Amino acid sequence: MQDVVDVKNLSYTYQITSTSSFSSRVLDSISFSVNEGDLLGVIGPNGAGKTTLFSCMLALLKDYRGEIRIFDQDIKKNSSVLKSIGYIPQQKSIEQTFPATVDEIVSLGMIDKEKISKEKVASALKMVDLSDQKHKRIGELSGGQQQRVLIAKALVSEPKLLILDEPTTSVDVETQNKFYTLIKNLNKKNNISIIWASHDLDAVNKIANKVMCLNRTMFFHGDTSEFFGSNELIRMYSESSMQLHMHSHSNQKNELDSIYRQGHVDTP
Amino acid sequence: MQRALLSGAVVAATCSVVGLFLVLRRQSLFGDALSHVAFGGIAVGLFTNIYPIWTALVVSVLASLGITKLRQSTKIPADVAVAIMLSSGLAVGIVLIGLAGGFSLDLESFLFGSILLIGMQDQIMILLLSAAVLLIVFKLHRQLMYVAFSEDQARVSGINVTRLNYLFIGLASLAVIASLRLVGVLLISSLIVIPNITAMMFGKGFKKTALISIIIAVSSVLIGIVISYVANLAPGGTIVLVTIFILLGSIGAKSITKRIKNRREIKIVDFH
Repeated sequence: MQDVVDVKNLSYTYQITSTSSFSSRVLDSISFSVNEGDLLGVIGPNGAGKTTLFSCMLALLKDYRGEIRIFDQDIKKNSSVLKSIGYIPQQKSIEQTFPATVDEIVSLGMIDKEKISKEKVASALKMVDLSDQKHKRIGELSGGQQQRVLIAKALVSEPKLLILDEPTTSVDVETQNKFYTLIKNLNKKNNISIIWASHDLDAVNKIANKVMCLNRTMFFHGDTSEFFGSNELIRMYSESSMQLHMHSHSNQKNELDSIYRQGHVDTP
Repeated sequence: MQRALLSGAVVAATCSVVGLFLVLRRQSLFGDALSHVAFGGIAVGLFTNIYPIWTALVVSVLASLGITKLRQSTKIPADVAVAIMLSSGLAVGIVLIGLAGGFSLDLESFLFGSILLIGMQDQIMILLLSAAVLLIVFKLHRQLMYVAFSEDQARVSGINVTRLNYLFIGLASLAVIASLRLVGVLLISSLIVIPNITAMMFGKGFKKTALISIIIAVSSVLIGIVISYVANLAPGGTIVLVTIFILLGSIGAKSITKRIKNRREIKIVDFH
């Protein structure tokens, strides 16, 4: 099976400002790989480095240490390989007045093509069940629908790898479930490898075949069944997360409490 | 008069097109900052006896590229960059005017606009700059829209966002210089912002919004020039007042349409 992603000893330190000596290490010696057809769930509390990891993998942050290879290409040496990645960032609400229709946004996925294929746009919108919304302004859609538009935009570029950064944050349960079905179908039917950051451990357990637990350093990387089948691993993950965020926001503590509570998550 | 109408229409279309991207990038005040830097450049021209538009052009482009570089290397917020540009452009202008012994008629015409007095040299400059800006923006409009939508996603898609940002700010400087004679340093940003804000209330898609904005900007300029000619008013101020009148009229029309629509919906619900 082909290696889609191969990350070795990845470390990243944020400089607070370009002139000060204050810095914060967010990733510390992360190594993992993703094979063709994998659906990797990335879990970890807020501040664990999930978005930073994706930013490094997408070359949005370039001053990292270590090596990132995507489809066997070092992204520092050959950034054109990034075009085979579809990226859906953490949800930010799109301004209601942004003057672009849904199909105009989806067609941005073909930015490197001379001519826009209307058929491809229509087919991507059908795949995410938004065909009837194509003439609406993107800002008029709900948060969940906007995320699906971004997936459609990624799909028209015919990606071999999708990176989803907490795509279902602040959407209702029904929309979440539709989203999970979509991810599963893209992975199984369209054979797209997916890396997906989420706080929904239950969904990761049910959908992903691999899981990676981040806590600035990597705590676990392996089969989903191995992680969720072991209460000991979940307990250790919870404890290490708790140590990291002992003094942080109460929401994060609640999240860790829920990890404790989900110690008996059903195995697939 | 014909010269004024033609130059005015072309400049209006240019400002509206560049302005749409500035508004979407939340850089509405960048036009204001660029025009104040241009004011410093004009003062340099008047002080050194060089055609002021050329000195304004060089100073504006260099300053806008410099501030973009400064923003990228120090991560200073956009509003701070605008404040720095605005005050430094004005400061340079005031110091040079002081050295030259005060205001001249020329300087006043750049401050408040003098479209009815433009000569052939000005017109050629306006048409050339506007044509260059419109052509490049037309060619790159999808990339510019992508960057306005999401810089990160545009980068991942292979767009060289840094280079595009430099190019766009350079183009915005050219648009500001082209419109100096029309509305003057003090009112340029209104021509950049107001037609686009009005168009965004009506246009569903990007192309439609851009088209509506161009129509509003060009009509405002033509109507403004004619009114100012007939009523002997300052053209720059009259043009901006027309854009504001159209904006307020649009807000009013939109609000009335919404009320009528709501009443109809309530009646339909009552009927059922």
